[in-house]
Amino acid sequence: MKTSHKVLMLLAGLSLGLLFFFPMWKIYLNAPQYPEGLELHIWVNKISGSSESVLQNFNILNHYIGMEPIHAESFAELKIMPYVVVFFMVAGVTLALLGRRRLVLYWTMLLLLAGAVGLFDFYMWLHKFGTNLNPEAPIKVPGMTYIPPLLGSKQLLNFDALSLPGWGSLGVFLAVVLAGLVYFLSRNTNKTASINRKNVLV
Amino acid sequence: METLINKLKAAALKMTLLMALAAGAAFQGCSGTEQGNSKDEAVSADAATAVYVAPGEHDELYSFLSGGFNGQVSVYGIPSGRLLKIIPVFTQFAENGYGYNEESKAMLMTSHGFVPWDDLHHPKLSRADGMADGRWLFVNGNNTPRVARVDLKTFETVEIMEIPNSAGNHCSPYPTNNNEYVLAGTRFSVPLDMKGGTQDVSLNDYKDKFRGSISFIKVDKEHGDMELDFQILVPGFDYDLANGGKGPSEDWVFFTTYNTEKSATLKELGASQNDRDYLAAINWKLAAKYAAEGKAKEMPANYYHNKMDHNSHIAKSTVKKTVRYLLPEDCPGMMYLLPAPKSPHGIDVDPTGEYMVVNGKLASSLPVFAFSKMQKAIKNKDFDGEVNGIPVLKYESVLAAEVKEPGLGPLHTEFDGKGNAYSTMFVSSEVVKWSLKDFQVKDRMPVYYSPGHLMIPGGDTREPYGKYMVVMNKITKDRFLPTGPELMHSAQLIDISGEKMKMLLDFPTVAEPHYAQGIRADLVAPNSVKFFKLDENTHPEAVKSEKDVSVTRNGRNVKINMTSIRSHFTPDNIEGVQVGDTVLFHVTNLEQDWDVPHGFAIMGANNAETLIMPGATQTLKWVPQQAGIYPFYCTDFCSALHQEMQGYVRVSPRGSKVPISFSTGEKKPVPPATASVSK
Repeated sequence: MKTSHKVLMLLAGLSLGLLFFFPMWKIYLNAPQYPEGLELHIWVNKISGSSESVLQNFNILNHYIGMEPIHAESFAELKIMPYVVVFFMVAGVTLALLGRRRLVLYWTMLLLLAGAVGLFDFYMWLHKFGTNLNPEAPIKVPGMTYIPPLLGSKQLLNFDALSLPGWGSLGVFLAVVLAGLVYFLSRNTNKTASINRKNVLV
Repeated sequence: METLINKLKAAALKMTLLMALAAGAAFQGCSGTEQGNSKDEAVSADAATAVYVAPGEHDELYSFLSGGFNGQVSVYGIPSGRLLKIIPVFTQFAENGYGYNEESKAMLMTSHGFVPWDDLHHPKLSRADGMADGRWLFVNGNNTPRVARVDLKTFETVEIMEIPNSAGNHCSPYPTNNNEYVLAGTRFSVPLDMKGGTQDVSLNDYKDKFRGSISFIKVDKEHGDMELDFQILVPGFDYDLANGGKGPSEDWVFFTTYNTEKSATLKELGASQNDRDYLAAINWKLAAKYAAEGKAKEMPANYYHNKMDHNSHIAKSTVKKTVRYLLPEDCPGMMYLLPAPKSPHGIDVDPTGEYMVVNGKLASSLPVFAFSKMQKAIKNKDFDGEVNGIPVLKYESVLAAEVKEPGLGPLHTEFDGKGNAYSTMFVSSEVVKWSLKDFQVKDRMPVYYSPGHLMIPGGDTREPYGKYMVVMNKITKDRFLPTGPELMHSAQLIDISGEKMKMLLDFPTVAEPHYAQGIRADLVAPNSVKFFKLDENTHPEAVKSEKDVSVTRNGRNVKINMTSIRSHFTPDNIEGVQVGDTVLFHVTNLEQDWDVPHGFAIMGANNAETLIMPGATQTLKWVPQQAGIYPFYCTDFCSALHQEMQGYVRVSPRGSKVPISFSTGEKKPVPPATASVSK
């Protein structure tokens, strides 16, 4: 791998760091009496809102339909995920230093897999919250569930729910694209890479 | 027969009025068609579009109208004339519990005890560099002399200070251009006992024993907190209105006076004998210097200073025991008197700070004084005697010009920043536009009826917002649908952007506005508090989580620390209260969302409701008189389940064995909506 490829790979590993600076996912709720909208932000390690009291207001609204209150503490995932991300970052940076093309492929595939598991987990989570309703809830609409959309928008009673990836997800996207690019670009550099490796070994 | 006589009498009265009007018209030399009940002739065709603010859109300006005898401030949007809010200041307000709940009662304490009413006359916006800065609104209580401060972040009254040695706090409160001081002058002079009160003397001793006072209230630059720095004891006239200078005259403040005759009785005659009363000019900067340099003496006093704490929402009273005062005779150069024709009312300084317009309500012309001439006259000692050691300047030496035949009964003047002045004519019921360049009348417009104050947003600052003028009329008569003998007073919005004034809108006002202030909405709106942060609530009885609610008995006092959130109270079942207990409901609103206050009211309480803002705690006192079940409920529609937001208190006979108990829901723990509130 050329130095430029290593730099790209380094960037791929580091771009996952965006997950710590921006939410991965955002759910927007809009209703006639909430003209300013409510935003739920899902981070790799926490749940927050567009302002500090949004979570409370989400929960107040949800209690009418008997939805369980949402707290960061309710999700074991939020405790595990930061470690997973850090693992991928460290591995990515190590790979950049090692410059081994095949490992880059494994790293990318593993990252894609982790992302898919994450998305699936997120869906299960939405499903659980949207369907596990208190039978004593004051408002009951026969046959109605409240699973927010995984991606895109959906009408939930008076609320228009819109779900979109946040800037944090761009980190994962960048990591995959950059690492894929490294794998693709370095396909003819095997020889030089082996020479380089010899040099390194010498 | 008698009815016939009455009819004749009424007719005669009408005839006299008509004749007076006709005389007025002739006197002013204007066409007769403009007089009388011309209704909408003056309304321009595009008036509706000029004031139309589409649903969901906001007004350009806030205006703060004093409520006069209701003790409140009403906030209107301009140009729509929509009522946005009523702010209680000197009055108990059952709508939200101000003055009724335990936290706010202290705001209305005075040295005379709890005074839950006042006559609120003049709103004045705080200033920075001669311009309204949109931080606070100062208002005066005329009857039991007080000055209050309203915080424009919350639109709540946060401070009320009683003014000692004052009676009828009318020429008040006037902020200097950088808010260094708010000045408050007495309307009535009284015999001061030099201990903060008044003497028990014969009214025949008016001339010798009565004095007035001008108070200098220091304002904290950052927080706005007031402090009475010192007073000037002035001759025993009646002090009517005040206004500060600007630009070259910014160190000065001016007060109109009447009853320089010093009459104690039948003042309508007694105070109208002198052809000229005075405009009192005080160099406030020099006064502050004299006071700082030790010219001020100290005397005992007794006045209340009440402040509302922002985080606990609890008002506390402090009683102040001394006051410092200056005597004009000891302070050369601090105060001068300018002769002003006949019982002048408003004193208004133009945006350049050069002209002082003295609205002589009984005079036939409108005198305009020039500040530069006043300075020159002081320098040249162009004096015409003195009163109590205060030099009186020569009228001719300070006069810039007299506006001839302006109308009948000039009361107040404001300015448009383009060299024009607008004066209200009480008797001839009109607004007159005249020029500060040639002192000639340029335009006149009838208003309905009998205008008192008028307001151009920023019209008393360096740069008026010369688009609109609001005229506050004292009499409404046929302007709105009749509502029995009492009618809302009317305000009229007039377009002053062009050469000719254009009538745009009538809107009813609450009680009787005396003056108003207008300010661009973008200077106030962005700072508006949406809710109080629960984390910052320092009320000692606040409960921030439903898990921590409690009901405790201490002797005959029962303390209920409860919470409200959409759509329930915690606890909502309370037992163990007995007849004659003093029950304090400390209700904390756990909401952290805009526009979700919760109310609290309980059957039979000899009190009002209390309205609790999101994140705040309020306390309602209740002494149950009979055993039984008492429902309580939320009074402010809060959610789809608002009707269900209710609870019960069981009251048992005195000495009953029912223990204190409380609950919400059959199974503890806490209902669902609350968990995120706990930390």
